Amino acid sequence: MLIYIIRRLFYAIPILLGVNLLTFTLFFVVNSPDDMAVSQLGAKYVTPEAIQLWKEKNGYDRPLFYNPDAAGSDSLTETIFFSKSLRLFAFDFGRSESGRDITTDISTRMWPSLAVAVPSFLVGIWVNICVALLVVMFHATRLDRWIVFVFVAMMSISYLFYIIGGQYLVAKTWRLVPISGFHAHGQFWKFLILPVLVGVVAGIGAGARWYRTLFLEEANQDYVRTARAKGASEIRILFRHILPNALIPILTGIVVLIPSLFMGGLLIESFFGIPGLGSYMLDAIKSQDFAIVRSMVFIGSILYIIGLILTDISYTWADPRLRLD
Amino acid sequence: MKPLLLWSDLLIYLLVLMLCLFFLRLRGDPQTREHWRRVFSTRLGMVTFTLILVYVGIALLDSLHFRRALEPVEGTQSTERFYDNQVTSALDVMLAGMGERFERTYSSPFALISFAKENMKDENGALYRDFPQLEHAGRHLATPADRWTDVLKKSITALIWGLLISAVVVGMQWAFLRRSSLPWYASWLTQTAVICLAVWLVLISPYYHVLGTDRGGADVAYQSIKGVRTAVLLGTLATLIMLPIAVTLGVMAGYFKGRVDDVVQYLYTTMSSIPGILLIAASVLLFQVYIDLHPDFFSTGMEKADARFIALCFILGVTSWSSLCRLIRGETLKISQLEFVQAAHAFGVSHSRIVTRHILPNVVHIILITFVLDFSSLVLAEAVLSYIGVGIDPAMGSWGNMINSARSELSREPVVWWTLSGAFFFMFVLVLAANLFADLVRDAFDPRTGSRVATA
Repeated sequence: MLIYIIRRLFYAIPILLGVNLLTFTLFFVVNSPDDMAVSQLGAKYVTPEAIQLWKEKNGYDRPLFYNPDAAGSDSLTETIFFSKSLRLFAFDFGRSESGRDITTDISTRMWPSLAVAVPSFLVGIWVNICVALLVVMFHATRLDRWIVFVFVAMMSISYLFYIIGGQYLVAKTWRLVPISGFHAHGQFWKFLILPVLVGVVAGIGAGARWYRTLFLEEANQDYVRTARAKGASEIRILFRHILPNALIPILTGIVVLIPSLFMGGLLIESFFGIPGLGSYMLDAIKSQDFAIVRSMVFIGSILYIIGLILTDISYTWADPRLRLD
Repeated sequence: MKPLLLWSDLLIYLLVLMLCLFFLRLRGDPQTREHWRRVFSTRLGMVTFTLILVYVGIALLDSLHFRRALEPVEGTQSTERFYDNQVTSALDVMLAGMGERFERTYSSPFALISFAKENMKDENGALYRDFPQLEHAGRHLATPADRWTDVLKKSITALIWGLLISAVVVGMQWAFLRRSSLPWYASWLTQTAVICLAVWLVLISPYYHVLGTDRGGADVAYQSIKGVRTAVLLGTLATLIMLPIAVTLGVMAGYFKGRVDDVVQYLYTTMSSIPGILLIAASVLLFQVYIDLHPDFFSTGMEKADARFIALCFILGVTSWSSLCRLIRGETLKISQLEFVQAAHAFGVSHSRIVTRHILPNVVHIILITFVLDFSSLVLAEAVLSYIGVGIDPAMGSWGNMINSARSELSREPVVWWTLSGAFFFMFVLVLAANLFADLVRDAFDPRTGSRVATA
């Protein structure tokens, strides 16, 4: 098991290197440091001297991949690729274009993000599975068809409307919770209820529908018929027979959700004014701060890869027949 | 009048042509025909497909662009014609100037007065503060009290006209299709409803703002209709850009295996491990910087918005091929183990021939299913991207931009709800129709679900 994890981590290195190379190409080759200087300085102050000064200040006055002027190994390290991209591997994110330390920013903004994302993720999965199991009980009836239609309809509503609608109904009309904002101490849960609720409700359509197909696939298997023939109750069949057997596809599906956590986090945090990583990203995108975007891309891919590894590990738990080696 | 061909116009017509050819080609295959028959033998399939066609039709009409000729200025002796900087489309003409009736600011649906009070002068020159009358709503009324009876009267006239027109349209189809076993009546009902709605909108909009006006005073109904083209084009174009990449790489990986497979797997793992939204945002920003640095490339604002739009489609396509590639690779791996491929190898058939004759036809269903499934998610993604600020250029109408500019309006008192309603309605109908249709297509074409339905 341990060997497997270590091997998977080694596999991750070329992938992260690829991610880095890709973002590097995007940010420095397509869009040269000169272009960046121009857009950061604003068109008014663009003189060759100002551009040079900006590049020196932000460390962009070096060659991209290979520095012929430096001696020995420095010819590879005294480059933009090394100083801006490879240093991400040591979690050294450097400074943003506005001069703030990205690492401290990320470590303080991580907690509000987690406080929203983890509950909505877990509660979301739980609610979806419960709803799906409930629907499976009514399989092949008229009610089932209507519920599936409602699921599709819920999927067809943009995430934005869920947020806007939730804020309007729960926070403005019923005045149950604050519309937006965040407080690190004391009654911080008050600010979390609505974002989590919106995240869960917005996910029901797609999620429950997906679990329903998984469960139905299992419900047609022979062992279910056997269980029914033995006289097991429907509830018991659902929870003791179908659910454990559907766990593997469920776990696979959950990893697919991790990137969408990012997207959801971005919107939820910006609408609800939560000072997390999502709103950090959004601000970076809006102010065209590529240093932050670059670091967040890197972190995002690390999270994705860790998610993949965790799924593989959880397979062994869900299915005792599987061995990782 | 001077026709103006935007790049996206060209693409949309090419797209429709390609799709038609694709479907015609597929018709030749009896098995595929059987699948399509299964899709269209349901009422739901008919209704949703009709709705999708309506949206595509609106998008096509909105893609016939031209620039109006300006009246020559009095007193100048020049033979040169000048053209309006504003780009007009055939749809604008059909909507009878609906987009040109601007108000000062917000007004609610069917309102006669503005939403905000303004300082005005009465006949004696004294200042007073009240809700001003709208410029393009209810001017024909004698008293404001007549409004609802007038709306009712106009609606009934519109309904009669709508029914007449749909009787002609449906009647012509009925003459050809009455012996068909498919449930055409479902489609005809939908067509009647759409035609009545369209006629009503065109007839009543010169007198009222059906969905009110937004902060800038623009008609919300008009903007919502203008968003159709953006959504339809984005949903199809991005997938079509993604298809060749995904299919080529996927088939290559599954067919040649070994090194090629390793490289392709590495590529798509790398791509999928980057959070898509970040990659898209970064790419769009880069393109935006590029446009900002080269402003002289585009002669009208519309052309600039168009370039950004096409870039967005490309970016969405290039960043989203990994999941389809993975599916096709798996399927190709499976197919290339089968006997008929082995037999073809034994006969010495060339690689390219095996791929085109034996492998591609067997993965077409995956491509088709992905195409219809991705459409709705792309439409939804557009709204989110525009909200973040990396989507459609604000000069080009899109539902995302409408939502973005309207998001804080629910917190006003009294509530401004109508600016969101238009985008919500049009987007919801399109995405719902696309989702339901995609489900039907998947059920009909996916051999896995097919067998499940058969055994269940």
